[in-house]
Amino acid sequence: MIDVRTQRIGWAILIAALLAAPFAISSGRWMEFIELTLFAALLGQGWNILGGYGGQYSFGHALFFGTAAYIQALLQFKLGWSPWVTLWFAIAGAVAVGAFVGFLSFRYGLRGSYFALVTLAFAEAFHVLARSLVSVTGGGSGIQLSLNQDPEMAIASFQFTFAGPFLAEAGYYYVILFCLLIGFAVTGWLNHSRFGAQLQAVREDEDAAEALGINAFRVKMRAICLSAAVTSLAGIYYVQKFLFVDPGIAYGPGKSVEALFAAIIGGLGTVIGPLLGSAFIHIVGEFAKETIGAMLGDRPGVDLILFGIILVLILAYMPRGLVGLAEVIWKRLSARKEAGDA
Amino acid sequence: MLEVSSLTKRFGGLVAVNGASLHVEKGEIVSLIGPNGAGKTTLFASIAGFLKPNGGKVTLDGQDITGRQPHEICLRGMVRTFQVVKPFAGLTVRENIAVGAHTRIANRTEALELAAQVAERVGMGRRLDQSAGDLTVAGRKRLELARALATQPKLLLLDEVMAGLNATEILEIVEIIQGIRESGVTILLIEHVMQAVMKLSDRAYVLNYGEIIAEGSPAEIAHDPDVIEAYLGHGAAERMKAAGGADA
Repeated sequence: MIDVRTQRIGWAILIAALLAAPFAISSGRWMEFIELTLFAALLGQGWNILGGYGGQYSFGHALFFGTAAYIQALLQFKLGWSPWVTLWFAIAGAVAVGAFVGFLSFRYGLRGSYFALVTLAFAEAFHVLARSLVSVTGGGSGIQLSLNQDPEMAIASFQFTFAGPFLAEAGYYYVILFCLLIGFAVTGWLNHSRFGAQLQAVREDEDAAEALGINAFRVKMRAICLSAAVTSLAGIYYVQKFLFVDPGIAYGPGKSVEALFAAIIGGLGTVIGPLLGSAFIHIVGEFAKETIGAMLGDRPGVDLILFGIILVLILAYMPRGLVGLAEVIWKRLSARKEAGDA
Repeated sequence: MLEVSSLTKRFGGLVAVNGASLHVEKGEIVSLIGPNGAGKTTLFASIAGFLKPNGGKVTLDGQDITGRQPHEICLRGMVRTFQVVKPFAGLTVRENIAVGAHTRIANRTEALELAAQVAERVGMGRRLDQSAGDLTVAGRKRLELARALATQPKLLLLDEVMAGLNATEILEIVEIIQGIRESGVTILLIEHVMQAVMKLSDRAYVLNYGEIIAEGSPAEIAHDPDVIEAYLGHGAAERMKAAGGADA
């Protein structure tokens, strides 16, 4: 373990750097890159609460992302509600779906790959529903929200495109950063609370946890609701930024996979893991596009094959992900330093 | 304190526990012994809520707890350990014990403090920050005990906490268990190490083929013909008696 003081300093630097990024980086392409990284980190952090801390590997976290996105879009589109009101419904809706899926799975003791399959199946079912309920969701063509062009209404409409020079550049960046900081706070709390300890106990051994007075069912229910709530923030952000959602974006496997990639590659059950994982994926992805793209011409999906290979290698050789790797390196360095001091 | 009356547990056609009755009074150490496969662990699991009994009744302090959930039973003050130890391998020793402490303590800092105290009591004070996955067998057995103890139980069910330990380690654990009893915790234990059973227990029950075949002080049990037969085979008691007679 890296000692507490070093960790605190690291966090302070990281958060300060993230807050200052829009002032320091003028390239729009770079800011977009960082924003996408934070977005995937948020998805990963939501997944991490249930998968990393609770050991319940979901393959359908798009359920929570997509439900929140659809509610956020639909209530504005159909009823003309303020996005600041609809977002609470979006969070609540995602939590309700989480509670529903969780109840069905955990009540009947589904663990491991069975739980993964159930979540995958539900995500697909919602995918099909969103496509077929044309009168509500607009079917396959999705929902397009209208762009607010009145700078006066920028904040009220939760749209920053015409919100003046600074917010137009950095408004969405700060939204996703704020959401990610909430995700950090939640997982940080898990590291230092009774609930977090009980959740990790359930992950490690459910019978032993039960013997020690832990209601494993209730702990897992709370975890899936919390996980859904954090993931729903990504859906709200997405709709406000792109003003668009369709069944594939909302419930397709893309978001589910992105979420678990970030968390597993970064380090399961750690606060920083999903951000590290997400940064890694995006850097490697860009790199792959540049190099392989240059060799083979534009081949969409090449980066996904690469991610698949990396995921298998990490699961096989680095089950604790990049965080685990960092700790090993840190240990070696400090051991060497001590040897040098002696 | 604990009253088990004619408890039966069947797995399909196999009757693992057949009408077993036993009771444990406050402050006692009671042993449950018997040959391998006698149904001891099944009886334990049925008492602690991990298996639903097919018949019979379990009461703790006069309250019916038959077939309740394990976590509920733990909250009522009865906690079990596992013969096949189940450490939370990804957590440190301190965090493992703190999970038990959290049963009655919501505050993280207080739970961690209690964990450190309990670790001291079972002789794990210096291994607090070690990963539970790296412990030796003896260490894991102690951890199992420490976690259970941290839930601040009235009644502790210990399932073979001495199996796989060497003679020195057994002596240490015996001492620890005596210390636990002195602190006011009642103990029911399954044990194969007879030296420890003799030394620790006030009374013992013998289970064979799912039925209680004898009850009494450890000395009485050791001379019970039914018990000798259960362990050594049919006719063993008579042969021993004959052999003893010839010696005299």
